[in-house]
Amino acid sequence: MASICFYFQVHQPLRLRHYTVFDKNDQYFDDYKNGSICRKVANKCYLPANRLLLDTIRQFEGRFKIAYSITGVLLEQLQRYSPEVISTFDALAETGCVEFLAETYYHSLSFLYSRDEFVEQVNKHAKTIESLFGQKPKVFRNTALIYNNDLAGLIESMGRFEAIITEGADHILGYRSPNFVYSPKGCSKLKLLLKNYSLSDDIAFRFSNRDWSQWPLTADKFAQWVNSVNGNGNVVNLFMDYETFGEHQWKDTGIFDFMRHLPEQILKHPDNDFKTPSEIAQSFQPVGTVDVPHLISWADTERDLSAWLGNAMQSNAIHELYRLENKIKKINDEKITADWRKLQTSDHFYYMCTKYFADGDVHKYFNPYDSPYDSYINFMNVLGNLQSRCSRQTIASA
Amino acid sequence: MKVFMLGWEFPPFISGGLGTACYGLTKAMDQLDIKVTFCLPRMVSSKYVTHVKLLSPNSQRSAASFKIDKLKNVTFRTINSPLQPYSTPDTYQQRIEEVLRQKQKTHGGSVSLTDTALSGADYSGDMYAEVHRYAALAAELAANEQFDIVHAHDWMTYPAGIVAAATSGKPLIVHVHSTEFDRSGENVNQMIYDIERQGMEQADKVITVSYFARNIIISRYGISGEKIEVVHNSVERNGNWALAESGIEKDEKIVLFLGRITMQKGPEYFLGAAKKVLEVMDNVKFVMAGSGDMMHRTIEMAAELGIGSKVLFTGFLRGEDVQRIYKMADLYVMPSVSEPFGIAPLEAMDNDVPVIISKQSGVSEVLTHALKVDFWDVNEIANKITAVLKYPPLQETLANYGNFEVRKLRWKDSALKCAKIYEEALVAI
Repeated sequence: MASICFYFQVHQPLRLRHYTVFDKNDQYFDDYKNGSICRKVANKCYLPANRLLLDTIRQFEGRFKIAYSITGVLLEQLQRYSPEVISTFDALAETGCVEFLAETYYHSLSFLYSRDEFVEQVNKHAKTIESLFGQKPKVFRNTALIYNNDLAGLIESMGRFEAIITEGADHILGYRSPNFVYSPKGCSKLKLLLKNYSLSDDIAFRFSNRDWSQWPLTADKFAQWVNSVNGNGNVVNLFMDYETFGEHQWKDTGIFDFMRHLPEQILKHPDNDFKTPSEIAQSFQPVGTVDVPHLISWADTERDLSAWLGNAMQSNAIHELYRLENKIKKINDEKITADWRKLQTSDHFYYMCTKYFADGDVHKYFNPYDSPYDSYINFMNVLGNLQSRCSRQTIASA
Repeated sequence: MKVFMLGWEFPPFISGGLGTACYGLTKAMDQLDIKVTFCLPRMVSSKYVTHVKLLSPNSQRSAASFKIDKLKNVTFRTINSPLQPYSTPDTYQQRIEEVLRQKQKTHGGSVSLTDTALSGADYSGDMYAEVHRYAALAAELAANEQFDIVHAHDWMTYPAGIVAAATSGKPLIVHVHSTEFDRSGENVNQMIYDIERQGMEQADKVITVSYFARNIIISRYGISGEKIEVVHNSVERNGNWALAESGIEKDEKIVLFLGRITMQKGPEYFLGAAKKVLEVMDNVKFVMAGSGDMMHRTIEMAAELGIGSKVLFTGFLRGEDVQRIYKMADLYVMPSVSEPFGIAPLEAMDNDVPVIISKQSGVSEVLTHALKVDFWDVNEIANKITAVLKYPPLQETLANYGNFEVRKLRWKDSALKCAKIYEEALVAI
């Protein structure tokens, strides 16, 4: 028996506008750029992919299932720039074959810096998902699948989650396979779902790579790889960015056709089925405990935090940001708090990464800045303004 | 492989990037066992004491020859001529007049400009005539030399290169370190432009120092892109660790401009940015190290902007003084209007100083760990200066990664590229 579990990460950051040390106003975000990117991605990916998956779900009458994690920062942008995308997600929700996961509303790294802030953001996200799609999320995934034992413990203690998702990184699994359900170390009820990064990345990263020995990837071929899990695994967790469809892999690569034919090919094998993450958690007992004392993520080959916190600028920016927390919470001003939280989105720190800067690659592709230095300067200028707004408020209320 | 190179000044006389590049490249060629006859203009009446021994110091019409110990494959031939890098017809004129005054002092009596020019002995009274007189002398010298290829650096040596190549039948490489458009903007000197274009047209290959410069050569000089090769400059690693700590204790930040103070280098944008930075920061001084035809205008401008007390002018610096100023600097800014390459930022980075460079420069093609700005965007220059001074992690990251980055730029690689271009030029013949 192999249950295929698709979960798509759906996120767009709120990009900052060019903000110099001489700027004085509190308009930090580039509405024009964010609006046009949001609409562009909606047209290239969200709308066609939602339509395709909705058709497929209807076609298979309950036998094809998927899950989404949509960030709060994206939902806000969709409501503003592309509300039709929200309605198509809602239509997907109504099929009963789509599960929505929980994460931090602001796609933040708050778990690393403030547990209180983290919990608030997870709650805010869950509330938003429930109000939009009528579901209480039961499975949690952290930004970039950042994970360790402590996170699992914290999520279990929140009481409402059945499972947590992370990367099936080799260095935590060793000889073990990601194709089973595990228990996080120290948890009694919470289950751990691990991404099968090899099969996931075949679709997300390698699909259109003509140098890849397996190119072109067909639905038939991929289904055979999934079939081979039968007998030595229960689940195949295919976790990837939703933008894989039409944005990272363009339409002319055939990615949509691949996805259209995949369910049929997978279901040809009588032992295969599709399950959502919470169904996986309910259907399978853990085969063992996974111990992750150190933080892992799904990023780069290192699978660590160096993409966000690898250099002095990144760690300085994020420390300065969280240093404001007490002040912000004391001031309790809606606009200030929202701005502070929008600055927590992990992408801002990812842009400051110098790791692969010289080589040019995936980091550059997603980066609105010419260089990590420009992004740091811009972020710090904005943060400087936020700091002075806080100081003014504190003085005013004193 | 033997190269007849028409180059410029050598240490300790270096006055700018052209000399630095000629020296760096030739030294690297020497290490690659490429034989070089290095021909350069020099006034015999130089006021500087030199560490090299002239073998025939009395030679007037032709050339003196000498070797520098550590460069075993290079023979130097000096031609007695007042040509200097960065000369303009005006500065040339001033220099000639200065030389005449000195002569009058020593010899007494009167020596007039026209007398000397007419007698045609040591040099010509006007620069163009001098460039051609130099070409004739270089050709004479070349006639007695064996070489495979002629390599001429910047426009004043192109006529010499053309003649040497023509009389020897060897291929000509012209090496464009800058063009008249970089130096003079749109107010080009037609005569210089014509010499430059003729050099590029007659050359078998044109080497230039960046894609930025290559575009100018294609679009402004109409030279076919196939013939133009880019060889980026490099930087001589600073081995001078012996320099004692300067012992400077400063409570002010120092932002450095180091280069000739000319239109090309954008000194007014530096001051414009300084003015803006001083609106938000107080404990900072702006140091302008260098001299040039806009120096007086720039000093006045600092005063007009009301930041006279915050801007210091050091004049032209050499040797250890350059090292010392880098040691003091928190940031180096090069707001050049049009900079074919720009070696100075590499030297700054080699000294652990972060740099802001204009996007209108060749060096921005080879650097990633530098802040880049449009030269005219004074607001953004000021924004970036302030950021470097205000956020220590930025300064630190730029300095660390930047220093690492410049270590990868080596003259040896530039020399290897030139050698490959020589081969191609020789095959084509």
